[in-house]
Amino acid sequence: MSDSTDEVRSYTVRLELVDEPGALLNALDPIASNGGNLLSIFHERGNLTPRGHIPVEVDLEATPERFEGIVEALRGAGINVIQAGAERYSEAMTVVLTGHLINTDLSDTVSRIQEATNATVTDLSLSAPEGTEDASSARIRLATEQDAAEGVLDTVREVAGEKDLRVIEPLGPGGDL
Amino acid sequence: MRLAVIGAGAVGSSVVELAADYGHTVTAYADSQSAAVDPDGIDVEGAFERKQTDGIVGDDDPAAAVEGPYDVLVEATPTTLGDAQPGFGHVEAALTNDRHVVLANKGPVAERYADVRALERDSAGSVLFEATVGGAMPVLSTIDDFDPEHITAVRGVLNGTANFILSRMGAEGLGYEHVLAEAQDLGVAEADPTFDVDGTDAALKGVIVANVLSADDTEYTLEDADVEGIQDIEGSALELAAEDGRTVRLIAEVIEGEVRVGPRLVPEHAPLAPTGTRNIVQLETEHAGRLNISGRGAGGPETASAVLADVGRLPELE
Ligand SMILES: NC(=O)c1ccc[n+]([C@@H]2O[C@H](COP(=O)([O-])OP(=O)(O)OC[C@H]3O[C@@H](n4cnc5c(N)ncnc54)[C@H](OP(=O)(O)O)[C@@H]3O)[C@@H](O)[C@H]2O)c1
Repeated sequence: MSDSTDEVRSYTVRLELVDEPGALLNALDPIASNGGNLLSIFHERGNLTPRGHIPVEVDLEATPERFEGIVEALRGAGINVIQAGAERYSEAMTVVLTGHLINTDLSDTVSRIQEATNATVTDLSLSAPEGTEDASSARIRLATEQDAAEGVLDTVREVAGEKDLRVIEPLGPGGDL
Repeated sequence: MRLAVIGAGAVGSSVVELAADYGHTVTAYADSQSAAVDPDGIDVEGAFERKQTDGIVGDDDPAAAVEGPYDVLVEATPTTLGDAQPGFGHVEAALTNDRHVVLANKGPVAERYADVRALERDSAGSVLFEATVGGAMPVLSTIDDFDPEHITAVRGVLNGTANFILSRMGAEGLGYEHVLAEAQDLGVAEADPTFDVDGTDAALKGVIVANVLSADDTEYTLEDADVEGIQDIEGSALELAAEDGRTVRLIAEVIEGEVRVGPRLVPEHAPLAPTGTRNIVQLETEHAGRLNISGRGAGGPETASAVLADVGRLPELE
């Protein structure tokens, strides 16, 4: 990977929001206005932090420099940033699996990937155009710890191999190419 | 230079047609059954006509073309795996006679690189093979310019047929079989597209790049490559990728001594996601960041232009 600072990378930020209307929108504004590209939001409704806040996980893309600006702006706006980038989940990675996903127990596939690694599945989309009996595809977005992407991929390959599923891997570590 | 062009297909015939434009003379021309040989230059139009009407290029034996007279042997017979014959034999004959060789045929440098280099060491002639990787694109000469030592990774879309199929599947939401049939109708895919869609063709190019990059003279062959094709890619996989701003491309990757070819997820507008039959190679350099080279990766005149550029790089023989 080249070390240029203008290279866009993926980041996962965990925020704590107060349970008020507009809180999420307020939190997203500093991301866009500081040059970040919002990829996905995982809103854990019903799941409160010990302080009674709502945890939200946001995946975004930005250059390292802009990312620092985003975290500063979030904190400046009074938003509680519990985990940002390199502190915990620093890389978002997307893989697509194809094959007999449903017959081979998709939820087992996902939980085995999560259990064997420290990765978290932040987003899962399934497309089964021919119904559950035929081959289908799933796009899985994983938040991984820094430099753990290769190990996570190994696990994905292993689980997929056992179930005769095809893995379409991202290009480059962390899939940012 | 005087050229012996071995192989009279899309590439060989284009080399013969364009040679005069580049200031060279074709003194021998062969297909699998026949040859035209003339130390003063063959009758090009006559050879093309006979190939059209009688299926042969002249009255000589193919072996007469390989034996000379020429300065550079242009090898444009079919790429074969394993012993890389008949191409390897032609390379051997030319180098043993202290003549230069320019390859369009991937076989000798993908499957028997060390043998080719050993023959070259004992010869006054040199071997160049720009056309074997990326057709008209100057991939190998750019690697050479930068010095392989300063290149940390090479990634690329190196098969136009596979790229056409994946980009059509992505754009139109069509299935693999449908798009393949369409590509065959358009003449983009050959009647037997196996090597294009199973990753073999891209892998041979990756192996050639690995051989060129190899600092410690490790020799690579197709067996050393990890190869997956695109035949069982579901349309739904491309659909899901697109929803996320991504797409799937058959990528050849040479990094840290590993050659890997397979379908990979790439951002939709990334340089490594060209559309149609376009090829691209991305060099990761130590001091100059990423360098992208894109262009036409195949076609008779395109490949012939790379062959003739190689001829132009060769020194005059004594
Ligand atoms: N086409 C491209 O865009 C492209 C790009 C890069 C590299 N290449 C490589 O360039 C080479 C030629 O490609 P092409 O597309 O021109 O192939 P092609 O159209 O199939 O032509 C192959 C030619 O080789 C001749 N041949 C076969 N065995 C021979 C022998 N023992 N002695 C002399 N001639 C022999 C054939 O003779 P007959 O006519 O008698 O059958 C035919 O004329 C291949 O190795 C290919 O992989 C092609």
